[in-house]
Amino acid sequence: MTALAILGCILLVGLVVFQMARINEMIKRIKGEEAAAEQSTNTTAWALLAFVIVFLSAAIYSAYHYKNHMLGYGPLVPASEHGGYIDKLFNVTLLATGIVFVITHILLFYFAWKYRYKKGRKALYMPHDNKLEVIWTAAPAVVMAYLVINGLVVWNKVMQDVMPKEDHVEIEVTGMQFAWILRYPGLDGKLGARDFKKISATNDLGQDWHDPKNWDDFKPDEIVLPKGKKVRVRITSRDVLHSFYLPHFRVKMDAVPGLPTYFVFTPSMTTEEYKNNLKKYPEWNVPADPADPQGKKKWEAFTFELACAELCGDSHFAMRRAVRIVTPEQYDAWVKSQQSYYLANVRGKEDDPNLGKKLSIDAAVKQDSSAAKPAETPAEAPGDSTKTE
Amino acid sequence: MSNHKVEVRDEIDELIEKNGFDDHFHDHHEGDKYQSGFIGKYIFSLDHKTISRQFLITGIIWAVVGAAMSIIFRLQLGFPESDMAWLKPLLGKWIVLNDAGVGSLSQEFYYALVTMHGTILVFFVLTAGLSGTFSNLLIPLQVGARDMASPLLNMMSYWFFFLAGLVLLASLFLSTGPFSGGWTAYPPLSALPQASSGSKGGMTLWIVSMTFFIVSQLLGGINYITTVLNLRTKGMSMWKMPLTMWAFLVTAILGVLSFPVLFSGVLLLLFDRSMGTSFYLSEIFVQGAALENVGGSPILYQHLFWFLGHPEVYIIILPAMGIVSEVMSVHARKPIFGYKAMVFSILAIAFLSFIVWAHHMFMAGVNPFISNFFVIFTLIIAVPSAVKVFNWIATLFGGNIRMSAPMLYCIGFVSFFISGGLTGIFLGNSALDIPLHDTYFVVAHFHIVMGVSAFFGMFAGIAHWYPKMFGRYLNETILKIHFWVTLIGAYCVFWPQHYLGIAGVPRRYYRFDNFDAFAGWADMNKFITIAAIMVFFVQVLWVFNFFYSIWRGREVTERNPWGANTLEWTTAIHPPHGNWPGKLPKVERWAYDYGKDGKDFIPQTTPYAEGEEVTH
Repeated sequence: MTALAILGCILLVGLVVFQMARINEMIKRIKGEEAAAEQSTNTTAWALLAFVIVFLSAAIYSAYHYKNHMLGYGPLVPASEHGGYIDKLFNVTLLATGIVFVITHILLFYFAWKYRYKKGRKALYMPHDNKLEVIWTAAPAVVMAYLVINGLVVWNKVMQDVMPKEDHVEIEVTGMQFAWILRYPGLDGKLGARDFKKISATNDLGQDWHDPKNWDDFKPDEIVLPKGKKVRVRITSRDVLHSFYLPHFRVKMDAVPGLPTYFVFTPSMTTEEYKNNLKKYPEWNVPADPADPQGKKKWEAFTFELACAELCGDSHFAMRRAVRIVTPEQYDAWVKSQQSYYLANVRGKEDDPNLGKKLSIDAAVKQDSSAAKPAETPAEAPGDSTKTE
Repeated sequence: MSNHKVEVRDEIDELIEKNGFDDHFHDHHEGDKYQSGFIGKYIFSLDHKTISRQFLITGIIWAVVGAAMSIIFRLQLGFPESDMAWLKPLLGKWIVLNDAGVGSLSQEFYYALVTMHGTILVFFVLTAGLSGTFSNLLIPLQVGARDMASPLLNMMSYWFFFLAGLVLLASLFLSTGPFSGGWTAYPPLSALPQASSGSKGGMTLWIVSMTFFIVSQLLGGINYITTVLNLRTKGMSMWKMPLTMWAFLVTAILGVLSFPVLFSGVLLLLFDRSMGTSFYLSEIFVQGAALENVGGSPILYQHLFWFLGHPEVYIIILPAMGIVSEVMSVHARKPIFGYKAMVFSILAIAFLSFIVWAHHMFMAGVNPFISNFFVIFTLIIAVPSAVKVFNWIATLFGGNIRMSAPMLYCIGFVSFFISGGLTGIFLGNSALDIPLHDTYFVVAHFHIVMGVSAFFGMFAGIAHWYPKMFGRYLNETILKIHFWVTLIGAYCVFWPQHYLGIAGVPRRYYRFDNFDAFAGWADMNKFITIAAIMVFFVQVLWVFNFFYSIWRGREVTERNPWGANTLEWTTAIHPPHGNWPGKLPKVERWAYDYGKDGKDFIPQTTPYAEGEEVTH
């Protein structure tokens, strides 16, 4: 009912404006075309000049006002080694385009104001100037060339896959409607084979349990990675397109069913170091939960996050995993403390294709039984658990 | 449309009578019975001028529908906690009530709205409504032809567009809902009915609608090209054509070459959906079952889609550019600066537009090596676009500029084109696309450049040619109010979205509060929604003015109210079928002699005077 009343009011206002506009047109005709036109021309021209001044000021001021909320500025430094190159390229592009934006807008509106219609003025008959055309074709071309060269150097560096024998951590992330399945290779450092036809309630990746490389793979709830080590993320999807997106790390790559993709990056700050940097900014020193003023501050509650960046259906906006960067020592300890998925959920049960057979992994477990219980890694922030629909 | 005034013959008519080209058009007496009934004149009309009005009115209606959809989903984004139960009488089951009785958009409906908004505005409004209207109205008139090369195909191009609209409209009323996978319709989401309710019947209807639409575009495009190339009147060489003609010709060529590829893309999608093929599908496990399809790739669809998709955005902007060049020149009383450079820029943009498509796919999983080439060509295409901007600004320099509504819209067009075009330079550089792809930065970019700039070009064209279309004037005061509110309002809506994008906020998110990283923008979203609502209402005011003025607008009493040079202004106020009653005009000069040798304007039909310098 209220909505209808509000709509009615808006319509009435519209009607009033419309009638006033009709009256205005009539007044213009009574005044005479010329006199009315001259007054309107001047008002409009001054309004255009005022607009460009207000617009450019608002654009520059608002950018400055919000900069600390934007990635690459203020507290939101890049958490990867390649991130700095991308941020720098962004700033170079911003400088070049910003200059053009300001100058062209000033000229556009200034000329509109300066050359507004005046009775008796003769417009300049200047159909072309080829020298000018050459100058303002060459100048943008040079700037574009510079941006292209810089951009492609960064692109080829960032997208370079790992070399065959290069030391790195390989993990796998699989998108599905509507969650991420994380898989680590375990102590052998190799991810086991998968077949989508083997997917079942106890085997959501379709891992082939005949492949020994699968026996030590584990599937944690959060992504944990070591600072300073190259990580290769193998990205796949089970159903539709998703996209693996780590905003703070400047990492993004689509997850395509049937076509594994990858992204290689090196975390450059631990979660603790990142939080300590956030602590320096007043907007991060407010309570994280406004309803709990004595509780954790925003910087304390911070965690890196994984989001989906390709429309995948109705809950596309809710595919979240926490990401935690730790020191290499903490990472090794964490990996050792993780339980193999196969051993914990499949071995010895009815879906186990290796029932009755003796496997090397069984021997390994017997030797290393102290690793059976998961250890508490330090600085594990609460609220890391997945918020999925 | 009454026409009691007998039009006075003036020197234009004398010139046409003396020098014009006699094609014996009026020796054919079928003209007496030509389209004499109501149906023949207004519904199944073969006359390009009527068809152009049909495209325009249909485009305007779809624009209101598409814009209203955006307001509904912006309400969800700006006020996610607010009660939307008041919309339940209109939207029924698409509004879900939680336990407390508070209503919000269902998620699937949010995505359906976003998808429909994109599809309707990109195709029905900015393609059919823009080039359909102005190509149809202006091509025969400005090249000096009686009508299009094939009036029958022309009429069919409108009715296929109408049919496409009906089919998409029908999909809104399906119980499973309209398609909801984004206007880009990427498989596997769009190929698998089990992946989303919108991918059921709604997707099939979307494909059917697109098919009819593509037929409409091809029929129209073939006509436009043929008419411009073959039916130019005596003296109208290509280099004497107004820039509108160059823009519409090149746009039609782009369409004819690229729309069939979209058709192939959606045809394969239809096969995957209904015939068990695997063009786009491989290794999929969905809704508890492993599918049989192996060997296909979703990336194939993206290539086929964007091979049209990129030229499509130039199909949208080039007509607007042509219109602005023409209108700006007339209202500044100055030749468009750098006519030849403008033509070459149009040609360069058109050529380059075919080799940049994969800049929409930098993060799709394509081999990064290939992306190098697409970055190079994408940033090259910025150069002719920049040249055009500089030429428009130079057109204003030294002019005697009328601050009329058409000129204001042209200035707005250039401002938004600068703003939106510059952000394209960020996105076209693949390394920067890593953080920015699929964020609000992209949304800001394409809305400013298509959703605002192209619209301003359309508004400029409508305001300038309304007298020719309807024999009446629009209310200039309303146009000015509309200009200012839309200029300021649209910047308020889309400028802040750059900040959201740089902050990393993804697009196509129903809510942002699942992530700490994206949760801080509640106030900004409110601001954007409120600005969007104001802009929407002023569009409604404009639409009201448009329809009201058809019957009650001030009548046009002179044949050439703007003092323009082009041929459409040499026809009667209400041009008859065949456009000129006797001979066709003969063209002596180019279209841009404004302010030459002390004369305010010199129509194209005026021969060069003794000793006059031929500057072009």
